[in-house]
Amino acid sequence: MKPQDLICPKPDGLYCPPGDFYIDPVRPVDRAVITHGHADHARAGHGVVAATPETLAIMAERYGEDFAGRRQAVAYGQTFTHNGVEVGLVPAGHVLGSAQAVIRWKGMTIVVSGDYKRRRDPTCPAFEPVPCDVFVTEATFGLPVFRHPDDKGEVAALLKSVEQFPERSHIVGAYALGKAQRVIRLLREAGWDKTVHVHGAMDRLNRLYGRHGVDLGLLAPATTGTKKDFEGAIIVAPPSALADRWSRRFPDPVDCFASGWMRVRARARQRGVELPLIISDHADWDELTATLDELRPGEVWITHGREEALERWCELQGIPARALRLVGYDEEEGE
Amino acid sequence: MATMRAFAHLLDRLSLTSSRNAKLTLIKDFLGETPDPERGWVLAALTGALSFNAAKPAFIRKAVESRMDPQLFAWSYDYVGDLAETVALVWPEKPGANREPDLSEVVESLRTASRSEVQRLIEGWLDALDADGRWALLKLMTGGLRVGVSARLAKQACADFGQVEIGQVEEVWHAMTPPYGDLFAWLEGRSEQPSPDAPGRFRPVMLAQAIDEAADFAKLDPADYAAEWKWDGIRVQAVSERGQKRLYTRTGDDISATFPDVVEALTFEGAIDGELLVMRDGAVASFGDLQQRLNRKTVDGKQLQAFPAGIRAYDLLLDGETDLRGLPFGERRKRLEAFVAQIPKAGAAGPRIDLSPIQPFQTWEELAALRAQPPEGDPAIAEGLMLKRWDSVYEPGRPKGPWFKWKRDPRLIDAVLMYAQRGHGKRSSFYSDYTFGVWREDDLGQRMLTPVGKAYFGFTDEELKQIDKFVRDHTIERFGPVRSVRADLEFGLVFEVAFEGLQRSTRHKSGVAMRFPRINRIRWDKPSREADALSTLERMLD
Repeated sequence: MKPQDLICPKPDGLYCPPGDFYIDPVRPVDRAVITHGHADHARAGHGVVAATPETLAIMAERYGEDFAGRRQAVAYGQTFTHNGVEVGLVPAGHVLGSAQAVIRWKGMTIVVSGDYKRRRDPTCPAFEPVPCDVFVTEATFGLPVFRHPDDKGEVAALLKSVEQFPERSHIVGAYALGKAQRVIRLLREAGWDKTVHVHGAMDRLNRLYGRHGVDLGLLAPATTGTKKDFEGAIIVAPPSALADRWSRRFPDPVDCFASGWMRVRARARQRGVELPLIISDHADWDELTATLDELRPGEVWITHGREEALERWCELQGIPARALRLVGYDEEEGE
Repeated sequence: MATMRAFAHLLDRLSLTSSRNAKLTLIKDFLGETPDPERGWVLAALTGALSFNAAKPAFIRKAVESRMDPQLFAWSYDYVGDLAETVALVWPEKPGANREPDLSEVVESLRTASRSEVQRLIEGWLDALDADGRWALLKLMTGGLRVGVSARLAKQACADFGQVEIGQVEEVWHAMTPPYGDLFAWLEGRSEQPSPDAPGRFRPVMLAQAIDEAADFAKLDPADYAAEWKWDGIRVQAVSERGQKRLYTRTGDDISATFPDVVEALTFEGAIDGELLVMRDGAVASFGDLQQRLNRKTVDGKQLQAFPAGIRAYDLLLDGETDLRGLPFGERRKRLEAFVAQIPKAGAAGPRIDLSPIQPFQTWEELAALRAQPPEGDPAIAEGLMLKRWDSVYEPGRPKGPWFKWKRDPRLIDAVLMYAQRGHGKRSSFYSDYTFGVWREDDLGQRMLTPVGKAYFGFTDEELKQIDKFVRDHTIERFGPVRSVRADLEFGLVFEVAFEGLQRSTRHKSGVAMRFPRINRIRWDKPSREADALSTLERMLD
């Protein structure tokens, strides 16, 4: 039996022929397993959706209660069997509810990891390595230049800047699902106990995180108050809001952007970011290669991102690898 | 210990911040938080006072390619675009291989190491540092920090740090050497101001205020003031003192190496304040000619011949060993005239150093007429006039009243907005940098806009909001932070652009380059087709 008999790439996403289901399909299908709640992986309109309870809650919050025909909640560590194929979900360490799909059939194991990272994240459980025949990995930061520093140092730089420029406000551009809550949690851990002002687009997800036990501390909308009120304030907003007219309400804002892309200085300059914060929810080059080294799977499949460099690394390591070149997964805004 | 990382962080913040005040705060805080001698080395790096000649980028590239797959390196370099940054990011770490060096260890070793030792040292450091530390090391080694900090700004930050006037820092600056232990001891109040008595040092410059024609003339008596032409070069101070010959910009940057021809001509004992110009047979050439000589580290014989530089003297600060700065301008002027007359001439090509003449006048009306219609010759390309009180002492900074500058009216042209780019800092949510164009005919006789310049000031905050809205409402295309705005014969926004001078330029597609362009007025009322043509601009060439 070939691995392709169990999982194969189709235009709509990764498909499991014996189980007759898709993983993170980009178009509505009858049956889907969803790894995590980011919009490019979790779309509305499927028949049956199997995902972690947290991911299902995120989808309901984003798309409304009727986002799918039926929900099948699968907690971390649990499995279910469909048409003889066993499906299990284990933590991926990417965002709240994010999971790797572990697919087993006739003695073969394929792990579809979705998006993942290996370092600690106070908002979700850590990635669990699962031995497998085929490991399906992302490669968003699949170039040796992407080496994310310790997030504590990045948050310390933010807090130092707030102290240095008490008359200015600091707007942190952060993706609304996952990154925003992680940044706020990291601020709390670093001892920032003042109100964090948040953009309205994040409000519901922040509350959802709160309900799932992620304590974000004192939050307030960034829309009420005068300019003066935001002196020395930290505001968290979606990245697009930094350049938007929305940000004009704040006093001389320091534009910060929490993203793995900020590792490359030209990227920060191009976006007009004054304080880049290299905080990523994706594995960096070292995490990607360390994971493959640790798992040593029979084969590596690369879904999206910078496939060629990771493929090259696998070649040098003697691990068979192929790029699936899946389309429809957004590399830029998800980070 | 972690100073390499702190230095990297400082460089990053400085290069991404456009606000002068923010830069001052960043440097000032860094000086306060960092011990000696590290902060001194950083100050030296920022002011361009550090250079090492032993390290070449090619060696770094070879070193990294021997440590990692060349294909992976090539892809990385392609993506990042900057060699130092790529190497800093991809260098394979050897945790625990070496002790992480601190900044003073790096600087002191680089200064003394032999060429053969340097490579081994650098490779060892790259193994031990993290990505930020490696970047700081590579920037330090290859020089040219390019973080938008002038030596003057760094000195201002020192002044802020020590709560003293910048003039005081400038006064002692040239007596100090890196890592500036004496300077910091003084700035922290641990010792007296160091003695500025270093031969050939810079003396802080006296600057003029712009005159307010409507308000000032009524209060001023023409008999109190001397008038002279404001030459269109760069203001310099030429010092020759006990064998030390130096040429400084008005901010105290030492540019002696760029102008060996001028330095050679400093055959006197004293300090002259004057204008650096390209002069041929005693006649002043345009600023464009001088630009051929500026911002070069070294200069070749061809340029020395094609663009001979000299000084037109305004003032005398030091005559022999006598400091004249406390004397009134009238007195200094007499001494200056005698002083310049005694300088040996450079030969057939005319003097390297001549005197800026006093322009006689009786009334302000007479002077206004001269300014509007300067006499033939050099004054025709002057920037305007200077007014100096006959009794003014030479006072560093920009005191109110003794000296005024009265610039020529700017040239104006109507141009059409073509592209807008997002600003920085306070303006990052605004499209505030504008590229504008004028009409020209293409080969088929069609009228097309051709970009002729870029301006990002001259408008009020309220006008900025209006232009920003216009840009957002009429965007045709986006390229990263730049938007292309609708601009054709039927539609477009016209700016009245003011500028100081115009030169031929091979770097610009239009063939002309404006000096100091800014938005003078927004012509919401003017149809785009009525904006000026390139031919109009060409007739204004200097």
